[in-house]
Amino acid sequence: MRRRRAPLALAVPAVLGLLFLVLPLVGLLYRAPWSTLPERLTEPGILSALRLSLLTATIATLVCLVLGVPLAWLLARVSFPGRRLVRALVTVPLVLPPVVGGVALLLVFGRRGLIGEWLDSTFGITLPFTTAGVVIAEAFVAMPFLIIAVEGALRGADARYEEAAATLGAGRWTTFTHVTLPLVAPGVAAGAVLCWARALGEFGATITFAGNFPGKTQTMPLAVYLALETDLEAAIVLSLLLLIVSVAILASLRDKWISSA
Amino acid sequence: MPETRDVSVRARWTSIVLAAVTVASLTACGSDSANTAATGASASPNAVSGPITVFAAASLTGSFTQIGKDFEAANPGTTVTFSFAGSSALATQINQGAPADVFASAAPANMKTVTDAGNADGTPETFVKNQLVIVVPKGNPKNITTLAGLAQPGVKVALCAPQVPCGAAAQKALQAANVTVTPVTQEQDVKAALSKVTLGEVDAALVYRTDAKAAASDVEGVEFPESASAINEYPIVVVKNAPNKAGAQAFVAYVLSEPAKKVLTDAGFQAP
Repeated sequence: MRRRRAPLALAVPAVLGLLFLVLPLVGLLYRAPWSTLPERLTEPGILSALRLSLLTATIATLVCLVLGVPLAWLLARVSFPGRRLVRALVTVPLVLPPVVGGVALLLVFGRRGLIGEWLDSTFGITLPFTTAGVVIAEAFVAMPFLIIAVEGALRGADARYEEAAATLGAGRWTTFTHVTLPLVAPGVAAGAVLCWARALGEFGATITFAGNFPGKTQTMPLAVYLALETDLEAAIVLSLLLLIVSVAILASLRDKWISSA
Repeated sequence: MPETRDVSVRARWTSIVLAAVTVASLTACGSDSANTAATGASASPNAVSGPITVFAAASLTGSFTQIGKDFEAANPGTTVTFSFAGSSALATQINQGAPADVFASAAPANMKTVTDAGNADGTPETFVKNQLVIVVPKGNPKNITTLAGLAQPGVKVALCAPQVPCGAAAQKALQAANVTVTPVTQEQDVKAALSKVTLGEVDAALVYRTDAKAAASDVEGVEFPESASAINEYPIVVVKNAPNKAGAQAFVAYVLSEPAKKVLTDAGFQAP
């Protein structure tokens, strides 16, 4: 069977687009100090930064799932006054420069913040400069990716299945857990992957809200940025490590989903 | 810059447009300065004109903006544009071929990156010095008067990360005072450390005297004797591939002149 060729009008920009995305990576690989790579990877602090990154990005994704999926459902399935405004508000963290997002978080959850002052005086909890603060910063920046993906999946899903479930006597919660969620599972998974990846690469809000302390709040992007101050090659090594680990994790998850499907 | 990795879809569009505009304006600048340099050379060899691009450390933002205006007034026909950023980022950009005419660094180490790569024209000259002070919120609620005060239990301190100039200076000063401080955060630059104090998230930070002076409405600066052992020198140099070399040389000479020195010392810098 002959394969149909893609029209040039699509193929050319597609290839250009791919090159545009991949060439910077080629640049990193080209400049990577391959001969000293093993000893650089075993330098102290690198593994703790990597562990912290993976841990916080995963917890942030779980937080986003717990809060974001219901919010996406609300936006897609319930019509209420001001829904358009709420939908626009959800994208605020996307538009806000992350550093400003970090300052905004400080103004709310900081020691003198709207909620933070109360948390501090009542429970003795301070969030800035803690690992929990890293999770909050990452979740704030990454949640819109999950919400937008899940809302899109919900709007694309055939609502007749939910109606059928309702006519058969299922309540809204049962319908949600037994019909809606399985229906949009791929969308939720895609959203979670985007959300996790965004959380993993988060820099601006994290360093502003949670600060930078090795082992506690210094995630890989922060370590990369500071390495860049003194040693370009160390920064490249750290970036590649983060990239390889995240791609490996995502690829293995994808295989798992596909084989189980 | 890490922010470019952080930008959203919408912001990415903005940055693409900005990048296009920048490229367009840079190429325009390039041909402009080439033309003016050619005509200038035929008319009078000493005339300085055209655009001058100065890459300067972020801590120079206030004083260099003023100096740029003064320079333009003294040399009609010139326009000085600044790119203010961290010295290490600027050094990397210059070594990657950014069209800078002048580089003013906040630390000799970042200048060395540029001179080692052979991208400096001549020897860098130190034009100012800056030293550390302790900044505390207005009223000094924790009553911190010495470096040892930073080591008290219950005092939250922000320092610059040891990789950046203000962090290296802070380490030196703390060593000289024989004080061990465990900060709650190691900030990426001096302004970030300062903002943690102005926002009230920490009780004290070590920043440059100029930064404390610029934020005098929100914070108090506390001088301490050990800062003398951690004085930071600011070198300036003409970039080797400067698109406007005559302009660059004139600007460097102006920064080393008395009127510019006054602007800098008024901002809290010390004369070298």
